[in-house]
Formats: sequence, structure tokens, C-alpha cells
Amino acid sequence: MLAYVGRRALLAVFTVWAISVLSFVIIQLPPGDYVTSYIAQMASMGSVVSDEEAQALRIQYGLGQPIYVQYLKWMKQVVVGNFGMSMEWRRPVTEVIGERLWMTVIVSVAALLLTWTLALPIGIYSAVRQYSPGDYVATFIGFIGLAVPNFLLALVLLYLGFVFFSAHIGGLFSPELQDAPWSFERAWDLAKHLPIPALILGLAGTAQQVRIMRANLLDELRKPYVVTARAKGLSELRTILKYPVRMALNPFASTIGYTLPYIVSGSIIVSLVLGLPTVGPLLLKALIAQDMFLAGTIVLLLGLMTVIGTLISDILLVWIDPRIRLEQT
Amino acid sequence: MATTPDVVVDPAAAPPLETARPPGEARIFVASQWQLMWWRFRKHKIALVSGVVVLGFYLVVVGADFLAYADPDASEAQRSLMPPQRVHLFDGGRLAPYVHGVKGVRDPQTFKRVYRPDPDRKVRLRFFVRGFEYRFLGLIPTTRHLIGVAGSEADKSIFLLGTDVQGRDLWSRLMFGTRISLTIGLFGVTLSLVLGVILGGISGFYGGVTDTVIQRTIEILRSIPTIPLWMGLAAAMPRDWTILQVYFAITIIISLLGWTELARVVRGRFLAMREEDFVVSARLVGCTQMRTIFIHMVPSFMSHIIAATTLALPAMIISETALSFLGLGLRPPAISWGVLLQQAQNVQTVAISPWLMLPAAPVIVAVMAFNFLGDGLRDAADPYGR
Repeated sequence: MLAYVGRRALLAVFTVWAISVLSFVIIQLPPGDYVTSYIAQMASMGSVVSDEEAQALRIQYGLGQPIYVQYLKWMKQVVVGNFGMSMEWRRPVTEVIGERLWMTVIVSVAALLLTWTLALPIGIYSAVRQYSPGDYVATFIGFIGLAVPNFLLALVLLYLGFVFFSAHIGGLFSPELQDAPWSFERAWDLAKHLPIPALILGLAGTAQQVRIMRANLLDELRKPYVVTARAKGLSELRTILKYPVRMALNPFASTIGYTLPYIVSGSIIVSLVLGLPTVGPLLLKALIAQDMFLAGTIVLLLGLMTVIGTLISDILLVWIDPRIRLEQT
Repeated sequence: MATTPDVVVDPAAAPPLETARPPGEARIFVASQWQLMWWRFRKHKIALVSGVVVLGFYLVVVGADFLAYADPDASEAQRSLMPPQRVHLFDGGRLAPYVHGVKGVRDPQTFKRVYRPDPDRKVRLRFFVRGFEYRFLGLIPTTRHLIGVAGSEADKSIFLLGTDVQGRDLWSRLMFGTRISLTIGLFGVTLSLVLGVILGGISGFYGGVTDTVIQRTIEILRSIPTIPLWMGLAAAMPRDWTILQVYFAITIIISLLGWTELARVVRGRFLAMREEDFVVSARLVGCTQMRTIFIHMVPSFMSHIIAATTLALPAMIISETALSFLGLGLRPPAISWGVLLQQAQNVQTVAISPWLMLPAAPVIVAVMAFNFLGDGLRDAADPYGR
């Protein structure tokens, strides 16, 4: 088991490295650099940046050096937790991102938890009562969930909320608590605002998990050991929950690795629609302004987040399914 | 190795097929693989309907300029944000579709332009009438359009789905948007398919270290959140690129990350088939590797590839829409579903003119249709199974 987890951890480290290179390269791709866009920005406001000034800025940010030197310099700082300066905000990247990263984590984890708490019972119900009206309703909602892109769902809900309740359902905090220091009241406010974004982000995942759970459980329910359990006189609930559900849970856990990147990805665009204080809107602005350290750091941290999530799901899988433990050692 | 096989199978020498079978069963025994697939696919009614819907969408792609009645780029401040018109099908018991003319008035309180239907003016809808000039299929110059108004210019009098802020007709823009959104998906999926088949094929055929490297790469690509990555790549496009350049760049970006699932399917098929008798014998009679793969192996899992491709298309459509919606994908003057939805980004606008959200409908319908069709194709792909 240790060997298996070790191998997965090694792959995770490798993935993080690949993400760091990718994010850095992407940020470097656009022609010109931050100084060019800074000059353009200044020019649009009517002031002119002299050549000497531009040169000084380039030297200050180390923009003239070859890309790999810039990358190594950046990585050296990242390892000790210093992500560099945001050129647009003139503040350290960590400070700019600040709370927003945690909000991204909170929203994503909430969506993931919601996915599970909804998908597990619905999936079991759909399989046990196959072809019942409830099963059809679940299947239908599932298909809608898969087909509607989450940002469109956010847009429609926002519109419905506006028309029927004349309320703005976006955001994660009430306006008066937006910038307040953390308190019990603020945390409660956050908890009240979380369900809508979590539902929007989790719907597609839920639909997929219900289908997987239903298919797996249907396969398991037909196996002889279920008949044996019934013949032994176990109650129906116990028969289903104790054996087939446990077997069917296995692929359920292994898909977290794919569900999480999807949710994190979705959170970026949904945040823009709903106006959530996550890293999403920040990333869009940073990319447009070519604020490379900020954008690079956000892509890197989001990647890190999903890699950690995937690693946890791998470990969970080994814990749930003893066969993997035996096979791999 | 490349010698001619010394055993020649003579079809006449083969034992005669049993003929004493019930007629229905006999039909199944002599049917070709594709015929069996069609029979199985036919049973999946929703997939069949979805197939028709998909076909309909591609007919719109082909005939977008025929279906549009107004120039999609003709803007006019006087017609800004008009609501959709109600189409009256019958006029005095006779089938004669018409819409009421529209009067633009300024609200004396808010100074906003509001539009009221003019009950005295009936604008009759005509079919196959002359409108703006275009080239059908890009070749035949013509001015015929499906819908229009006799006598006057269509873009001044009918607004079936309303207009946008710049007063451009939404119906006509939607038709052109469909063309771009669906072809971008098609090109994207083709590119993914090429990448997926090559890399998945290599991975499954050779195995060993190559397989491990490709599989780990796929795993890494799949564990990266795609939207930030796309955003990064799309933001890297120079601002002064032409529509065509952006179009191809977006296609490449969405297919770069979309090939992994296809590669997985192809690899799985290769692994399953590598040890099959017909592949081994093809190798033994001295077929080159290329011949073994493309003449013997690929046709036998073609159907699986088609199904996987259909299932990959919705993701492509959503990606393009999402990127354009963010303003990082296609940019106006290009028209796509995502570009059209960009106008619906803000709640205030949408609350006043909800018809701007209409382009969401074809996105959802197309994605659903492709999903069901792919589902049906996947079930039919292996007609010899249960």
C-alpha cells in the first residue's frame, strides 16, 4: 500500500512541476511583456513612458533575461513561499490573492461535498427502483445537468432570482459584511450564500456520479451474493447498504480526481458571472494585463489544489478497496 | 518478411453455409456489421430523434445565409433592443402569417426607447423572397432567402427574435453564430481525433515505456483545471489577429486538451485487439505494421471511434462558448453563440431584455442532442454484444 501511495505522490509532484512550467510558458507566450502593456495603459490615460523608464522597469522585473532564467528565479522564490510581485497591483502576489484562494477552496469543496451528498442517495434510489418515476426524473435532471454549461445555469438562475425575488443571488457575502473582519456572523453569512454556487458547480458532477452509481449498483445487485444475503434473512436496507453499495462505491471514489479539476475550472467562469470573490475574476484581469507573476501563481495554485485533491482520492480508493492494496504491493 | 502468403483461401472450397434457418434469423446471420449496427441504433428512439436534430443543426450551418433574412452586421441605433415580435399565423381564418409593424416611441418619463406593436399595420411574411446578396455554399451568388417581406427590406420590418444593443437582428445573427460554433466544434474534434488516434494507437500498439509515458502525460493533462489553462492560451493570442487566425487558434487550443479521452478509447481498443487471432495472422502473413493497423485493426473499431467523437463534440462546443463568453475566444465582428451570449453577461441588461439570453437555447439543445446521439452510437458500436 505504501508503495502505491508513494508512486501516486511521485506522480503528483511531477504533475505540479509540469503545471508550473506550463503556467510559466503560457504567461510568456503573448508578444510583448508587462512593460509594453503598461506603456499602452499609460498612453491611454494620456501620459508617456520614456524609453529609459521602460528600460528601468524591465531591469527591475528581470524581463530582459532568457525565459529559463526567469523561470528558475521565480521557482526559487516560490519554494520559499514568495510568489513575486504583482506588477499591476504593485503588491506581493500572496497579498493580492489573499483570501480569494481560500474562497475558491471553500466553494470547490462545498460543491464536491454537495455532489456526493446528492449523488449517493439518488444513485442508490435510481438503481434499486429502476424504471420507477423517480428514476426517470433523476435521469432527466441528470441529462439537463450534463447538457447545460454551468455558466449558463448561473446566468439563468441569476435572471430568475432577479425577476421573481428581485434579489441579487450572486456573491458570497451580504454587502455590509463584504469587507468586515472574520466573525461568527460573517461565517454564517458565507454559509447562507454558499448553496447556490455549490449547486451550480456541482450539478454536472452530480449527474455524472448518479449515472455511475446507478450503473455500478445495477451490476452488483444482479450478483449471487445479494441473493445469498437476502436468503439469509437480512433486511432489505441492510442487504443493499452493507454489500452492493460498498462494492459500487469504488469507482465513485476514483472519479474525484476528474471531478475536482472540473469543479475548479468551472468555479473560475461561474465566479465571473455570479461575482464571487474567488481567484477567477482576478485571473481574467491578470491575463488581460499580462501581469505574469499573478496569473502564473493563480494557475499554479489551482493546479496544486486539484493535484492534492486527486492524491487524497487515490489514498481514499486504496482505503475503500482492499483489492488494490493487495494487487499493488 | 514481405513474402506472398502461400495459402490461398478459396471461397468456393469453404463448407457451405447452413441454409435451414428461420428467415428472420438468417437475415441477421448474413447482415453486414454496419447493417447490424443500424438495426441496433434504430431501437434507441431518443438517439434517433437526436440524430435528426443534429442533422438539422448542420443544415443550418450550410444554409445560414439562406435562413437569415437580415444582414447580421447591419446595425441601426433606431432599432436598438427591440423585443421579439409575435408571429400571427392566421389572418381571418386563412393561413397567412404576418407580424404587426413596430412603432418606436420615447418614454416621456425615462427617455428610454420603447417599442409598441402597431395594430393597424400588418407586415406579411413571404417565403423565398429577395434580400441581401450572398453566395450559397460559398459558390452560387443569389439573393433568395427563406423568409422575407414583399416589397420592403426585411431588416427594417421583421424582428422575429428581437434585436441587440446595436440594433442587429438576433435571428439572423443566431443563424450565422450556429455556423461558426458548430464548425469550430467539428474542426476541433477532428484535430483531437488525429492526435488521439495517433497517440492512443502508439500507446496501445507498442506498450512498454512509450505507453507509460503517454499514459502519464494524459493523467497530468487531465488533472489540470482546463479553463484557466485555456484562458492563458487564449489570452496569449495577439489582439490584431484576423477572425480566421483567431478561429483556427481557438480550434487548436480546445483540441489540444480534448484528445485525451479519445486516446484512452483508442488505446483500450488496441490493447483488447492486439492478441486477437486476425491481428496475429495478419502479422504472420507478413503485413507491415502500418498495414496491420490501418487495414485490419482500425476498421474493426471505427464504430467505437465515431461514437467517442460524437461524445467529445459537446465539450468542444461548450469550450468555445465559454471562452468567447469570457471575451477570450472569438471576438466581434465574428459571430458565435459565445459572442452572442457575451451581451447577456450582465443581470441588469438581461432583466430588461431577456431575449438576449436566447442563444443559450441552441447551445443546450445541441449539447443534449450530441450526447444522446453519441450514447446511441456507443450502444450500437458493438452489435455482437448482448
